[in-house]
Amino acid sequence: MEKKKLVLGVIGADVHAVGNAILNRAFLDAGFDVTNLGVLVPQEEFIKAAVEVGADAIIVSSLYGQGEIDCTGMREKCDEAGLKGILLYAGGNLVVGKVPVEEIERRYKAMGFDRAFGPGTDPQVTIDCLKKDFGIE
Amino acid sequence: MKPVLLIDFGSTYTKITAVDVDAEQILGTAQSYTTIETDIINGLNNALAILREKIGNIEFQEQYACSSAAGGLRMVAIGLVPELTAKAARQASLGAGAKVLKTYSYELTEKDLQEIDQINPDICLLTGGTDGGNKENIVYNAHMLAKAKNNFPIIIAGNRNCSDQCEEILKDKQTYVCENVMPRLDIPNVEPVQKKIRSLFLEQIVKAKGLSNAEQLIQGILMPTPSAMLTAMKLLAKGTKTESGIGDLVGVDLGGATTDIYSMSFGLPTTGMTALKGLREEYAKRTVEGDIGMRYSIHGIVDATDISRVSELSGLDEERCKELIDYLGTHTDVVPSDDDAELEAIDYALASLAIEVAVTRHAGRLEQYYSPMGISYMQTGKDLTAVKTVVVTGGALIHTKRTAEIASHALFSPIDAFSLKPKDAEVLVDRKYILAAMGLLSTEYPDVALRIMKKELVKDGND
Repeated sequence: MEKKKLVLGVIGADVHAVGNAILNRAFLDAGFDVTNLGVLVPQEEFIKAAVEVGADAIIVSSLYGQGEIDCTGMREKCDEAGLKGILLYAGGNLVVGKVPVEEIERRYKAMGFDRAFGPGTDPQVTIDCLKKDFGIE
Repeated sequence: MKPVLLIDFGSTYTKITAVDVDAEQILGTAQSYTTIETDIINGLNNALAILREKIGNIEFQEQYACSSAAGGLRMVAIGLVPELTAKAARQASLGAGAKVLKTYSYELTEKDLQEIDQINPDICLLTGGTDGGNKENIVYNAHMLAKAKNNFPIIIAGNRNCSDQCEEILKDKQTYVCENVMPRLDIPNVEPVQKKIRSLFLEQIVKAKGLSNAEQLIQGILMPTPSAMLTAMKLLAKGTKTESGIGDLVGVDLGGATTDIYSMSFGLPTTGMTALKGLREEYAKRTVEGDIGMRYSIHGIVDATDISRVSELSGLDEERCKELIDYLGTHTDVVPSDDDAELEAIDYALASLAIEVAVTRHAGRLEQYYSPMGISYMQTGKDLTAVKTVVVTGGALIHTKRTAEIASHALFSPIDAFSLKPKDAEVLVDRKYILAAMGLLSTEYPDVALRIMKKELVKDGND
């Protein structure tokens, strides 16, 4: 079976590179085909990359609190670019302040993301969710 | 003595350079109008007659040529995303010395197809998708190209997982399958495509353009002229196994219709906290500014800058500048003589601005970000700030005394501090117009070509 293709990166003006490297490793080890865009990635770059590599999911990280601003409108842009129905995940310190995970999920789902993960999530949790959403295993 | 003749069949002039390979020196140069309408040999013979008057009747042991006559190597490039495969396809074609008439992204429309048929390119490069990536787009475009009326050669260099399918769709056309021009995101792979372009040029295009008459006389037209220029600059920068090069450089070829910029450098970030973005750049990169040139594209220079800057640099008032620009745009063969101060001044201003615009477009840029870790930067394109040499060629630059002054506009400016142009570079001038010839010579005698260039390219234009 062909490997599922992920586009991974840290969105906006965020330069947190360590978590990005860990996720990259974890997803590769889990058997995904990862295109890692690294840090400082604008929405448009995620989308262009996803179009060209024919991605199955876009995984957005945000660690610096500005995630909500950076992620707004991303689903609409995906639709516009012909990526209708592509799986969209977000994770990290996605909002400012201490907010329950359910609330974070609610806000990100309202923006069109399929899943949102709070700080300190084990990469395995995300991998399990991906496998479930792809219908593999 | 081993005399070798190097010929450049240009769009306007046929330029010849005679070299003694044993003594490693230039014997002489000459030029005459290119005669593609009648027989390209006539122009060559005229140039040879002029050369003989200068250096006597020498029997040449070998003769090599490059050509940009009959429109040069005319290509169209097709990709998926403009900044990704479409850009990689365009860059690959330019690097092979082609003139890219148009670059298309996403799905071709009926209008696009009509346009391609009208252009009737020498080669069409079809790309799209990384390996294992998007298939729909390139397959769709293959179906579109299958409907083209003209039978131009098509190189298929996209997602490898559907090249067979594209080949099948285009089975009534002349197709060539190549490795993907961008097998992984942001990592271009231009060499296989460029090799294919070169072989098609040699096998078919030279013949189709009526240049093959010349082949009876000479060993062959080896490459398109821009490819010879690129070869020369790469050799000058990198050197050979036995002779060292001069290191990273930027090359400027300022012509009447276009301005070509070359850079021989990986252009990696030179400052800390800088993330590199976008398509990775080739070491040897060529860009062509089709709207920037000293005569046919003279208005493009003003459009890209401002008439006030022409006025400021030339010292003439704006009205007079406009008049002179209109005059030069229609009188494309005018070369300012030493006693015409006005024309000399305007040409100086225009050449300076042309170089400024073209090199700024070629060089990379920085963007500044404020992050919790302090200021950080994002670089797109090449960082050329550490490049130490700028090589200049082209009529407007080698026939003026102010070459160094004009060329200084290729350098970094604090006014546009995020444009990554060379900060502190020495200017070398191709006074005798030998770069393309040396690119040709280097196919057989790389060491000799390199040593001649080192000797002939003069510092700041001074002998």
